[in-house]
Amino acid sequence: MTTAPALMSFDEALEKFDPVMGLEVHVELNTVTKMFCGCRTEFGAEPNTQVCPTCLGLPGAMPVVNGKGVESAIRIGLALNCKIASWCRFARKNYFYPDMPKNFQTSQYDEPIAYDGWTEVEVEGETFRVEIERAHMEEDTGKSLHVGTSGRIHGADYSLVDYNRAGIPLIEIVTKPIVGTGEKAPLVAKAYVAHLRELLLALGVSDVRMEQGSLRCDVNLSLKPKGEEKFGTRTETKNVNSLRSVERAVRYEIGRQAARLAAGESIVQETRHWHEDTGVTTSGREKSDAEDYRYFPEPDLVPIAPDPAWIEELRGTLPEPPREHRARLQKEWGFSDLEMRDTVGAGALHLVEETIAAGAAPAAARKWWLSEMARRANEQGVDLADLGISPTAVARVQALVDEGKINDKLARQVFDGVLAGEGTPDEVVDARGLAVVSDEGALSEAVDRAIEANPDVAEKIRGGKVAAAGALIGAVMKEMRGQADAGRVRELILQKLS
Amino acid sequence: MSDLIRRTAAELADALAAGETTSGELTEAYLDRIAAVDGEVHAFLHVDADGALEQARASDERRAAGKSAGPLDGVPVAVKDVLTAKGLPTTCGSKILEGWIPPYDATVVRRLREAGLPILGKTNMDEFAMGSSTEHSAYGPTRNPWDLDRIPGGSGGGSAAAVAAFEAPLAIGTDTGGSIRQPGAVTGTVGVKPTYGGVSRYGLVALANSLDQAGPVTRTILDSALLHEAIGGHDPLDSTSIDQPVPNLVEAARQGAAGDMKGLRVGVVKELTGKGYQSGVQARFDESVQLLVDAGAEVVEVSCPHFVHALAAYYLILPSEASSNLAKFDAMRYGLRVFPEGIEDPNAEEVMRATRDAGFGDEVKRRIILGTYALSSGYYDAYYGQAQKVRTLISRDFAAAFESADVLVSPTAPTTAFKLGEKLDDPVAMYLNDIATIPANLAGVPGLSLPSGLAEEDGLPTGFQILAPATADDRLYRVGAALEAALLDSWGAPLLDKAPELAQKEVVR
Amino acid sequence: MPDITREEVAHLADLARIDLSDAELDHLAPQLAVILDSIKSISEVAAEDIPPTSHPMPITNVFREDAPRPGLTAEEALAGAPEVEQQRFAVPRILGEE
Repeated sequence: MTTAPALMSFDEALEKFDPVMGLEVHVELNTVTKMFCGCRTEFGAEPNTQVCPTCLGLPGAMPVVNGKGVESAIRIGLALNCKIASWCRFARKNYFYPDMPKNFQTSQYDEPIAYDGWTEVEVEGETFRVEIERAHMEEDTGKSLHVGTSGRIHGADYSLVDYNRAGIPLIEIVTKPIVGTGEKAPLVAKAYVAHLRELLLALGVSDVRMEQGSLRCDVNLSLKPKGEEKFGTRTETKNVNSLRSVERAVRYEIGRQAARLAAGESIVQETRHWHEDTGVTTSGREKSDAEDYRYFPEPDLVPIAPDPAWIEELRGTLPEPPREHRARLQKEWGFSDLEMRDTVGAGALHLVEETIAAGAAPAAARKWWLSEMARRANEQGVDLADLGISPTAVARVQALVDEGKINDKLARQVFDGVLAGEGTPDEVVDARGLAVVSDEGALSEAVDRAIEANPDVAEKIRGGKVAAAGALIGAVMKEMRGQADAGRVRELILQKLS
Repeated sequence: MSDLIRRTAAELADALAAGETTSGELTEAYLDRIAAVDGEVHAFLHVDADGALEQARASDERRAAGKSAGPLDGVPVAVKDVLTAKGLPTTCGSKILEGWIPPYDATVVRRLREAGLPILGKTNMDEFAMGSSTEHSAYGPTRNPWDLDRIPGGSGGGSAAAVAAFEAPLAIGTDTGGSIRQPGAVTGTVGVKPTYGGVSRYGLVALANSLDQAGPVTRTILDSALLHEAIGGHDPLDSTSIDQPVPNLVEAARQGAAGDMKGLRVGVVKELTGKGYQSGVQARFDESVQLLVDAGAEVVEVSCPHFVHALAAYYLILPSEASSNLAKFDAMRYGLRVFPEGIEDPNAEEVMRATRDAGFGDEVKRRIILGTYALSSGYYDAYYGQAQKVRTLISRDFAAAFESADVLVSPTAPTTAFKLGEKLDDPVAMYLNDIATIPANLAGVPGLSLPSGLAEEDGLPTGFQILAPATADDRLYRVGAALEAALLDSWGAPLLDKAPELAQKEVVR
Repeated sequence: MPDITREEVAHLADLARIDLSDAELDHLAPQLAVILDSIKSISEVAAEDIPPTSHPMPITNVFREDAPRPGLTAEEALAGAPEVEQQRFAVPRILGEE
C-alpha cells in the first residue's frame, strides 16, 4: 500500500473549507421473510439454509414482492416526511459480483417509493434540518468469506459464499447534500444516523443492529473553499458501520481532502473504504464500469401503486415524532436540558428509555449508561448499543442495588461479569459471591476493629466531626472487600461513637 | 409405425378412458418411436424413459382405482428444455448449463405432473431460445421431419418436430417472438402462444421476461385447448400471472369445429401480407381466409401502421432483457466453470469472462452485446426507451384493429422451412422469420398457428396465424377449429399424412 | 446514431464479462453494425408524449404475505455448484477482497 496520506488538522481544515455531506443509510428490515421470496431472514443461521431458487438466482425462478416490505418502506418514508409515489417500479441494477446471485440487484432507480422528505437532528442544542432525497426498496447480497492460500484452486486464494443474506429487504435512505454544518459536520452525521436508528426502532421495522450489519452507512463528502458556491469533487466512503465511525470517518475525510486541496492536488471521485481499527479510509478499487449499471424496469415485478387510503392508514400507525417524543420523555423523567442532550448525544436515548421501562429510576438509568457504560464503550471503541449488555440487565442491576443486595461498587463487578458472558446479573452475583455482607455481627466486629485501629479519627467523630467518618467507612469497606453496605457501616460507626 | 401414436391426444384420452389402451402402453410406444427416429430428427436433448414409464404406471393405477387427474391423465408430453423439471437436466440448449439438474419444477411442469401427463423428455431448442431455426442449439440442430435437410423453425424446433414426427402427442413450447408459432408453421403442426400472463413463467428460464409465454405444441386445435387448460391459470409465484380463470378453451374448440362462423369479423392485417411473403405461403393464406368466409365470416382489411417497427423494437427489448437475465450464468453457483488459459491464479472475474466466452454461442453473444449496448448510459433513451414507446404504439394498433375485427389473421411465417445453414451467418435475414409473430409478443395478445397446406413451389407446410385480444384466447380456438375442420374437409386427411415416412432405426429395448 | 466500432464492441463485451477473442471481435463487430443499422429507424418513430410500455398487462400491486415458504436444503442449493466447501459455494478469489 501507499504511505499514509497527509492530514490537515480539523480546525485548520474548517477555517479554509466548508464540508458538504451526503449520507446513504441501508436498513435491513425485520420482516420474517425476504423481499422477493418466502425464505426466512434469521441472523446467524447455518450457511445456505435460508435459500430457494429465487434468492439463489437459479435459472427460471421469479420474484414476488413481500407486502410487508412495501408497508415498512412507506412507513419509513412517512416518518421522514417524504412524499409517497403514487406509482413506481422496481428496476434492475446490473453489475457482476459473486455474492449477488443474479448479477443484478433488484432495486429502484428513478421511481423510488418515497422521496422529497426531511427530518431534524439536534447537536449541542442546535437543530439541523436534513433534507431526504429518497428512500427506496432493494435487496441485500450474500456474504463471502475470504480464504487464504491453501493449495486448492491452483494454489490460489479463494472465497466461500453463503447466500442466506441474499434477498433480505433493504431500504436505502439517501439525504440531499447537507451544507452549513461547519465544524459540527462530524457530529451532525453521527446525530443523523443515531436519529434514524431511534426512528426505525420506534417504527419497529428493523433491529437496527449496526454490529450485525442491519444498519449500514455510506458517507459522501466533499469540501468547498469558504465562500464558494460550487461543490467540490466528492468521495463515497463505505463500510462505516458504527455511530462513532460515522463521526470519525467524516472527520478523517475532511482532514484528508483538505490536505490534498491545500497541496494543490485534486480529489479523485472514488469509493473509499473505512477501516474501523486504524481509523483511516483507503481508496477502493476503481471500476471502469462502476457508473454504468444499465438500469431498466424489472419486467418480472409489476408496478406498485399504493392506494391513498392505505397510505393514510399507515400514517396513522406512525410513532410520535422524535422531537415530541424526546420532549415528553424529558418531562416524564425530570431531566435537565443538558442531561437530555447528553443522553441523546451519546446515542443512549432508547437504551435509557428501555432501562426505565424495565423498572429503573430515570436518574439511575442515565447514570449507568452515560458514565459506566459510556466509559466501557469508549474503551472498547464500540457504540453503546453494541456493548453487549441489555437495558433489562442494567435495570436488574439497579434493582439489586435498590434492594440493598449489592452496592454501586459491586454493581460494576456485576457488569464485568455480564459483559464477560457469565450470565444474567443474578447469576453473576451468585457465581461471584458478590452479595453485600448483611451479617450484623461480622460488620459490627469490623467496625470495632476500625475504631480501635484509628483512635484519633474516632476521637474526632466523638467530638462531633461526623465528616471524618469517611476514613473509618473506607477502612471497613476495605476489610470487607467492598461487600458491605456503606450506608449501614456509617450508621454503625455513628452509633458506636455517639 | 404403430397406429396408436398417430392418433390425436384427445383420441388417446378417450382410448385411455375407454380402457382400450393404457398409459404404460402408450408411453412405451412413443419411447419406441423416439428411439426409432430421433437419431435423425434430433428433437430431444434428453429422454427420460424411466421417469415417463413410472408416471405412466401411476396413471394406470389411478385409472384402475377409478380416479383421474384430469382429461389428459396418462397422455405423454414432451417439454422444451427451457423449463425446469426437478431431477431432469435443463440445458436451454446451451453448453453453459450442461449437466445442470434443477432442484425444482417449473409451474408448467408441476401442473403437467399433477394432471397425470408422463414427461417423455426435454426437447431441443436454439440456445436460450435465441433463434428461428434450432440451429443455434449447442447440441446440434433439430431437423424438419418434412425434409431432414431443412430447419424445423425455432427456437422451439425440438417440440414442433417431436410432435410432427409422432415422437410425442403433445409438447410444451415457449414463444418470445414466435418460437411456438413459427416452428408450428414450418412443420405442419399447431402452436399457441397464450395471452401474456395466461400461463405461469415460474421455472421458464427467461429469454425476455416481458415477452415470454409458454404454450401448447400439438397436431390439432382441440389438443392444444386440452393442454392449454392443463397448464394455464393464475400462479402466485409469477407476479405477472393474470389472476382470472382461463376461458373455456376446449368448449370453444368443440364449438368452432362445428364450423359456423356467422357474425365473425376477420381482420386481415395489411402490413403482414403481400410483399416479402413466399407465393405459396400467400396462396394458402388466401385460400384459408376464403374458407372462413365460406363458413360465414366477414372479412375486413385492417391496418396496423406501427407493425413495421415491431422487429426493431423487438430486437432492442429482447436483447436488453436477455443481457441482464443471462448475467447469472457466471460459473459461481451452477453450470460450466472454465479457467482462462495463460492466467496463473485467476480471480472470480477472470473465470466468469472465460466461462461466458466458452459457454455461450455466437448468437447469444451477439444479443448480449446488443442488449448491453441498448441499455448503456447515453443510448438508453434512443434505443430501449424508444422501443418501449413503439411497444405502446403497437398495442394501440391492436386495440384499434380489434374495434373492427374479432380476430386478426396473417401468414405465420413469410416462408416455408429453409435449408439448414442457409441463414446461419446472416442474423438480419434470420430475424425476418418472426416478422408476423413478433407484434403479438410486444402487445401481450394471444396468437395461434395452424397448418394451412403445402406451398406448391416446394411442397412444404405453410402456417396460418390467428390473433385475438388479450385474455380472449378462446377466440383463437373457436376460429382455429373452424378453419381446421374446413381444411381437413378439403384435404380429406390430416396434412401430416403427406409428410414422408422417416427411416426407422431397429429398436431394441 | 453512430455506427458501432470494434472498440465499442470490445468495451461492451467487457461490461458483459465475455472474454471475446480478436477473431470473435472481427466476426461480431460488423454483424452488430448491420443489426444496429436495421433497427436504427426506431429512434424516429415515437413522439415525446407516447408513454413507454414496460409490462404488457396493466397489472399492479401484486404482493405476497410475509409468511415463510419452504425453500431448498443446503444440499439441494449446493448440488449444482462447481465447488463446495464448508457448506458454501467455493469460488475463485473475489477482487477487492484480498
